[in-house]
Amino acid sequence: MTGVQRIAGRAVALQRDDVDTDQIIPAAWLKRVERTGFAPGLFGAWRDDPAFVLNRPGATGAKILVAGNNFGCGSSREHAVWALQDFGFAAVVSPGFADIFRGNAVSSGLVPAQAGAAAVARLFAALAADEEAEVVVDVAARTVAIPSAGIEEPFALPDFARWRLLEGLDDVALTLRHADAITAFEAGRPSWLPAQAPAQPAPR
Amino acid sequence: MSGRLFDKVWDRHLVVSPEGEPPLLYIDLHLVHEVTSPQAFEGLELAGRPVRRPELTLATMDHDVPTAGLDKPIADPLAAAQISRLRANCAAHGITLHALGSIDQGIVHVIGPQLGLTQPGMTVVCGDSHTSTHGAFGALAFGIGTTEVEHVLATQTLRQVKPAAMSVTVEGQLGEEVSAKDLVLGIVRALGPGGGVGSVIEYRGEAIRALSMAGRMTVCNMSIEGGARAGMIAPDDTTFTYLEGRRHSPRGKDWEAALDDWRSLVTDESAEFDHDIRIDAASLRPAVTWGTTPAQSVTIDDKVPDPSSFASPAQQQAAQRALTYMGLEPGTAIRDIPVDVVFIGSCTNGRLRDLQVAADVIRGRRVHPGVRALVVPGSARVKAEAEAEGLDKLFTDAGFEWRSAGCSMCLGMNGDILAPGQRSASTSNRNFEGRQGPGGRTHLVSPAVAAATAVAGRFTLPGDLS
Repeated sequence: MTGVQRIAGRAVALQRDDVDTDQIIPAAWLKRVERTGFAPGLFGAWRDDPAFVLNRPGATGAKILVAGNNFGCGSSREHAVWALQDFGFAAVVSPGFADIFRGNAVSSGLVPAQAGAAAVARLFAALAADEEAEVVVDVAARTVAIPSAGIEEPFALPDFARWRLLEGLDDVALTLRHADAITAFEAGRPSWLPAQAPAQPAPR
Repeated sequence: MSGRLFDKVWDRHLVVSPEGEPPLLYIDLHLVHEVTSPQAFEGLELAGRPVRRPELTLATMDHDVPTAGLDKPIADPLAAAQISRLRANCAAHGITLHALGSIDQGIVHVIGPQLGLTQPGMTVVCGDSHTSTHGAFGALAFGIGTTEVEHVLATQTLRQVKPAAMSVTVEGQLGEEVSAKDLVLGIVRALGPGGGVGSVIEYRGEAIRALSMAGRMTVCNMSIEGGARAGMIAPDDTTFTYLEGRRHSPRGKDWEAALDDWRSLVTDESAEFDHDIRIDAASLRPAVTWGTTPAQSVTIDDKVPDPSSFASPAQQQAAQRALTYMGLEPGTAIRDIPVDVVFIGSCTNGRLRDLQVAADVIRGRRVHPGVRALVVPGSARVKAEAEAEGLDKLFTDAGFEWRSAGCSMCLGMNGDILAPGQRSASTSNRNFEGRQGPGGRTHLVSPAVAAATAVAGRFTLPGDLS
């Protein structure tokens, strides 16, 4: 995963609350065993409607999705994040994210920028006035701006998530720095806790 | 605030709390299935990392397995490839797999408790949002994404910011016709689809204590539909009775030691919560969703709401969109809405108790002409136990399809789907647009209402049937 400092480009405005991950990537797409190739399935059912925002010509090449509250609710499928990225999105700006989606976004390097409801309303208004306007998401500064409209808004992103996004860090490697602590913890677990019978891994 | 059940379980799993980083939480049980794991195993292999604790990991196949024709090769080549990938990954890493054909195969959230693997005070994760089900035992259980699945496979830990603690207290007694499903749909309606975001819910109060383990699992299962990270219920004698003697439950002296420990897993009387919600059990009636989020429900005695009756413009817009998708007119009595399909199953309501409740309604009756009705047991063992009671014959004689275990029409990955425009009464957990198939219209209900609706062809209570 590569780090992400600043994202600048066109945005798509999806002014709906409670967009669930079944809409972002329908279940039929979850049979794929890769992390790529999901772009054609992004908002699959909604794209059947020619008026859907992702079907307007400027949507192709957009980098930022501005969405309503509780974005990414429902299923834990990380495929929703991969589909947004595969289409070209590098950040989603919303007044609120579902917990699992937010975690998955940071894991895969998609910036979940949580701005205030009034701030997101101003972004929607500016994008309604000029849908081609450039939007800038600055991960280091934690701001989202539409310079042509004179808008700059702060967004919330916890320090650790910000660091991981900026540096593109391998989270497993970060955790394995604490391997000794994990081993020590394991020594103190109650003996009655359930475990499967040991199985020998197949020769590789 | 310490002294809450959630804190007690959280604290005992803290491995390390490094300065400036979220703490690492140890994971006692990691459940794995075919759909959210292949990319995680691939990540491990690319990095040359082993699975740290294969014996704390258990895999099964549920999301896209067929529920009919198990004697034939899997017809869908993508599903077949995904299932064979899971077999290969489990074999390569020494992970126990309860594969199709095994009596232990089934929906992850049904088999964990059934095998006695889910115990009070544990941490349980799975790449599936309905992992919250396991909180019914006083475990801290939540869904994770695929990158986190890889992290747990590699480290047996997760890095977690501590959620807030919410209490949902349900005082009083549920009415005779009101089930755990109706209760949780009422709770989700009160929370809204995002009301629980960032929180772990502890369900408390007389009506919760009175629930069976099956009912408690139904309630905790749908915590995520209110946005919550997890749901928990403090363990008590109902929990211990359920667990005693199961395959992975402690035995002998270990059982006594475990019981002593588990009895301490209660919220202290003086403890306070970040959010506190109270619901009067007596105010609840059997619920039917009318919209496209599980929070959009009314009681079976109600009418389809008018979008203008909602407070905010956003809610009004959402309601209008939902009614358009669902093909419903405001003011229509719920009991006047005809259905095409009835689905009884899922990790919410696919347990033996759910099937027994539905069977009691069906006994001596027939599925309404023109209605397609199917029962999909939550696990192969649930299926076998139901068959030992003769429920399969009862359902098939009444005109139901009797299937094999899997997620099936809950999410429609395996070909068990609604046709566009078809309307279902479903005991599952999500009525999102297209959830049960593109263009399908889902109404969430309890097993009793689903069964009665199959007979009447429209939303009906068992007591309404002649």
